[in-house]
Amino acid sequence: MIYKIMLGIGLTIIIIAGLSLPMVEIPKFWYEMPIVPGLGDKARIIFFHVPTAWVSVIAFISSLYFGIKYLRTKEFVNDIKSSTAASLGFLFCILATLTGAIWAKFSWGTYWNWDPRQTSIFILLLIYGAYFTLRSSIENEEKKATLSAVYSIIAGLTVPFFIFIMPRIVSSLHPDPIVNPQAKIHMNPTMLTIFLISLLAFTGVYLWIFILKIRVLNLILHHKMKEHE
Amino acid sequence: MIKYLIPIIALFQKDFKSEIRTRYALNALVMFVITTISIILFAIAYETPPYEILAGILWIIIFFSAMSGMARTFISEEEKNTVMTLHIITTPITVYFGKLLFNLVLLVVINCFSTVLYILLMPNFSIKSPDIFIITLILGTIGLASTSTIIAAIIAKSNTKGTLYPVLSFPILLPLLLEVIKTTKLALEGEYFQKAIPDFQVMIAYFIVITTSSYLLFDYIWKD
Amino acid sequence: MLKIEAINIKKSFGSRKIFSNINFSLNSKNILGITGKNGSGKSTLVKIIAGIITASSGELRYILSDKVLDYSEINKYYGFVSPYLQLYDEFSAFENIALISKIRNIYVDEKKIQQLLERVGLIDRKDDYVREFSSGMKQRLKYVAALYHNPSLLILDEPRSNLDSEGISIIYEIINEHKLNGSVIIATNDLEDIQICDSIIDLDKISNSK
Repeated sequence: MIYKIMLGIGLTIIIIAGLSLPMVEIPKFWYEMPIVPGLGDKARIIFFHVPTAWVSVIAFISSLYFGIKYLRTKEFVNDIKSSTAASLGFLFCILATLTGAIWAKFSWGTYWNWDPRQTSIFILLLIYGAYFTLRSSIENEEKKATLSAVYSIIAGLTVPFFIFIMPRIVSSLHPDPIVNPQAKIHMNPTMLTIFLISLLAFTGVYLWIFILKIRVLNLILHHKMKEHE
Repeated sequence: MIKYLIPIIALFQKDFKSEIRTRYALNALVMFVITTISIILFAIAYETPPYEILAGILWIIIFFSAMSGMARTFISEEEKNTVMTLHIITTPITVYFGKLLFNLVLLVVINCFSTVLYILLMPNFSIKSPDIFIITLILGTIGLASTSTIIAAIIAKSNTKGTLYPVLSFPILLPLLLEVIKTTKLALEGEYFQKAIPDFQVMIAYFIVITTSSYLLFDYIWKD
Repeated sequence: MLKIEAINIKKSFGSRKIFSNINFSLNSKNILGITGKNGSGKSTLVKIIAGIITASSGELRYILSDKVLDYSEINKYYGFVSPYLQLYDEFSAFENIALISKIRNIYVDEKKIQQLLERVGLIDRKDDYVREFSSGMKQRLKYVAALYHNPSLLILDEPRSNLDSEGISIIYEIINEHKLNGSVIIATNDLEDIQICDSIIDLDKISNSK
């Protein structure tokens, strides 16, 4: 219960603060955020778009983790966790793609321009899509669990290649506040706090849905097992 | 070493002889390449497409011909119900490397064929750095063979085999495809060999990563 | 001397349990029968014993003169015959056996293959493609494939399926001869087959008494 209340408060703070706090040239008060050159109010998307992308990556990694765990233990719970993480990751991945595309329309003038970030999220979408197509085309539950785990491992192994290849093929316009040393966005403490609360809250939402879904699926599994005995 | 090699080669010979007798894959593949290239020729008419497009089209042809031929090795065992026979007489490792070898040979044959045809028929496709092009072709072929073999093993167990194959392969093959298209373009532009070396390193790393992980994961795919 | 031990083997597909509590030990010169009505998991158990599928829990050991064999090499020690086992249609009977022994990495002895083919009555058809064979002839050929590498254990799933009376008497001869030095596992519901077994696992009873 306390968890849900905290989540609610966190998300409310982000929505109100993220959308309403003024952006000024030189922040003087605690509630003011710096203007990002060239972006203006469009920079506010960072509080909503980046966390969705972050969650979709976390979900992919945890899906991979539970997939490997399934292969080692052959316990069905792990497959349920793996596929649930993947389905949530897919959802957040779509959200990240859509919010990113809308933002790109207003900042770059086009919804899609094969920016490395767009390309990588597109590849992530493709992998998720392939993963679920594979799952839906195998009837045997054990086989489904094993093969989808194997596939996500192989897919996961190719992801590092993109990190190396993509920057060498196309140059990026994407603002990069955390990794890029020539950061275009200089966050002040206020902005950073809201951003971090947002990351935390989105991860919290993900975990909450994840735990709920696992509970439901576990109940179904137990019910089925009882029926068979 | 010999102990492992003999069964692998025996399995390869079995598939090879079977292919010679039935020509399941080869005939279809040759026709596929011819049809695709002629469609492209009709479409571009007398235009001279830029290098990027030319390089891209060549690898699209190679990708889709691999997608229509490489799955055969595992699907045919599945269809003929001989998977269990292989289970009983040999180890998963032998099966994996035997099939990889067969796919590799098939892909070498079909890639040579499509490349020669492409060079002869496509306007403006003249290779100025043959060294880059040949290494690209070799590394592209072995990378493609190793990925398509492991994905073929996965899809052979599913219900919608044929349609699933490119869907599963594409995200995995994308890094390789991006690299080979890039170096093919370099070969057309007549760049120095040095300029392609980092890309070749990526391709070699790709092959090693995919083959090693396939080797480690094949057990899970193969065992029911 | 090869000994096979099964300890508490259990198999379930997803949430559906097939069987559990399977225990047996099989010494050479013995025949073990596995019975149970359709769907009781006879073939599943046979496949687990042959290492084709893995059990959900429990242990299966092949013990050769007090040493437990590695699971990856047990296939050298058994010959397997079953209706769902297929040989390669596009090769001749002789080629099939030669091919299988090559993949098994054992020497291809033409004389021996011919002897075995003669024994099951296929010598006249040895160069014909397997796709032209009747199901009974294919079943006979599977015995050749199962016997060629001199296994200590014969695993027979429904040994008499598709065979005529002459074929059945040939396989009985094979079983009896094999029993002199090795062991046999038969999965069957045929009363005549059950009579030659030294011990029986009845899957219906095991699943009822849990």
